[in-house]
Amino acid sequence: MMKEFKGRVVTPGTCTAEAVVTKQGFNTLASMQMALQFGDKQTKCGDQNNADINGLPLCGKALCLPQTIGSTTGGLVLYCANAMGRQPACMLFANHIDSLAAAGAVLADVWVEGSTMPVIDCLGDEFLDYVKTGMTVTIKEGGIVVVE
Amino acid sequence: MYLTPEQQAILDGEKGEVMAKVMKTMVMYGDAFEAEKLVPITSNYNHLVTSFGLKVMSPVYDLMQQLLDAGVMSGQKFSVDPRPLDKNVPASFLQNFVFNKFMYTKQAFYEDQLIKLGLMDKDAFTCACYMDEVGNTPKKGDVLSWAESSAVVYANSVLGARCNRNSGIIDIMGSIVGFVPYFGLLTDEGRKATWVVKIETTKKPEAQLLGSAIGMKVMEDVPYIVGLDKWLGNELDDSACTYLKDFGAATASNGAVGLYHIENLTPEAVEQGTALIAEGAREYIIDDAELERVKKDYPVIWKNPDAAPKLCFMGCPHMSLQQLKDWTDRVEAGLKEAGNSKVVIPTVFTAAPKVLEEFGKTEYAARLKATGVITSYICPLMYMNNPLCKTMPVITSSNKLRTYTSARYYTDDEILTAITKGGK
Repeated sequence: MMKEFKGRVVTPGTCTAEAVVTKQGFNTLASMQMALQFGDKQTKCGDQNNADINGLPLCGKALCLPQTIGSTTGGLVLYCANAMGRQPACMLFANHIDSLAAAGAVLADVWVEGSTMPVIDCLGDEFLDYVKTGMTVTIKEGGIVVVE
Repeated sequence: MYLTPEQQAILDGEKGEVMAKVMKTMVMYGDAFEAEKLVPITSNYNHLVTSFGLKVMSPVYDLMQQLLDAGVMSGQKFSVDPRPLDKNVPASFLQNFVFNKFMYTKQAFYEDQLIKLGLMDKDAFTCACYMDEVGNTPKKGDVLSWAESSAVVYANSVLGARCNRNSGIIDIMGSIVGFVPYFGLLTDEGRKATWVVKIETTKKPEAQLLGSAIGMKVMEDVPYIVGLDKWLGNELDDSACTYLKDFGAATASNGAVGLYHIENLTPEAVEQGTALIAEGAREYIIDDAELERVKKDYPVIWKNPDAAPKLCFMGCPHMSLQQLKDWTDRVEAGLKEAGNSKVVIPTVFTAAPKVLEEFGKTEYAARLKATGVITSYICPLMYMNNPLCKTMPVITSSNKLRTYTSARYYTDDEILTAITKGGK
């Protein structure tokens, strides 16, 4: 069944991608550091503390999360993922975006030529309750997110 | 966001295209939080989180080079997180090969960039930049553009400075334009506690375990902690500050805490008391059983969970001078009790280069060396940040190191037993 959610656009864009869902905070450094360093083109999540997504590919996926947590390298890790073309297709936050993810999204938008990683936040708890890993997520204009 | 004419002119390109992009970055960053304005940075020094010359981080060094080529420099000198490598730290031939020929091939290049960008001292590499010996200690009320989660939470909570949990790169960009967006932990409202945490343990809780429990519960919210002053006292003396350094690092890495208040101890809690608690704040009670539950839930990801530890890291975040002295006493006593003359697991204590320099002037340095413990300025996290270490059984009492690597967490007492008597 299709369901539509409305959030706030942090960085604009549209896309359709398969959802990867974490119900707990996404630790950017713990999740992406090994994959980026050692040439994992799928950017498989390496966060031992996150059973929801540990081992799942993140590159090209619709990463659905409450917020990011952990090291303040988080933003630059996201920036590097974008510059290397190994970023999620989009990031969809149930909560208000946090300062580290916002930094990553903004740095990619301003400093990476041709970067496209739309980021929507404030989608609400209902969004995270509804969306499941493997579902298809489409971002439309104006912060509309369709899950099916 | 309201911009002053000066800020608007920079955004419009008056100081060049690269500077305009730096300003655009800060404005967009602020817009994400509905910041109403940019406010001046008032600290003497900045602190950056990116200290490592990882080959894979080339986009970061390319960006830094853009700044240097455009002559867009930081108005402040800065300290930076620890170096990733130190030849004194035990490493296999293969590890050294991977470190030097594959991972950190950009280290020298990046350190040269840091010097050109405004590194405050050639040895200003530490996550604990606020130590007296290092000299980057902000004053209460100072507005900062720092990154490094453990330093930010310390500066906000223990020193009463004002800083958001900025990411790497944002840290230096704020410093370059001289302004940061006014939101979150810079505002009075953002510094109010939305959690009340009641400590009801029967003994002084382990700093890094307590921080982990609170971080995982409150995530990025601000906790007001009641009952910890019973164990720490009412003065921010060396012992309390050291405890809060380790506690805060765990809250920031296991969750995303940027500020905590300790009733009757930290500056704002002393001044404002329960007025700091926001309406509708939630409650979290921590007793012995809760701490035990948290510890038991940590995953063990060693290939062989029963493997004998091959390395012990202490000092993430970097140890204080007093911690080095106290641990010297503890290790000596532990060895004596066990009938051993040297530690039975290769053990590394890490601290800031300046702290190690001061430690070296004390009689403790030779005593610690005699126990076999190695001191280093390294970042344990960066050392372990590779697949070779993933299969290596490393123990630590750092909950930050546990979070980001395969290192296994033990309490300080358990670590002492392991390194002086043997066993896990």
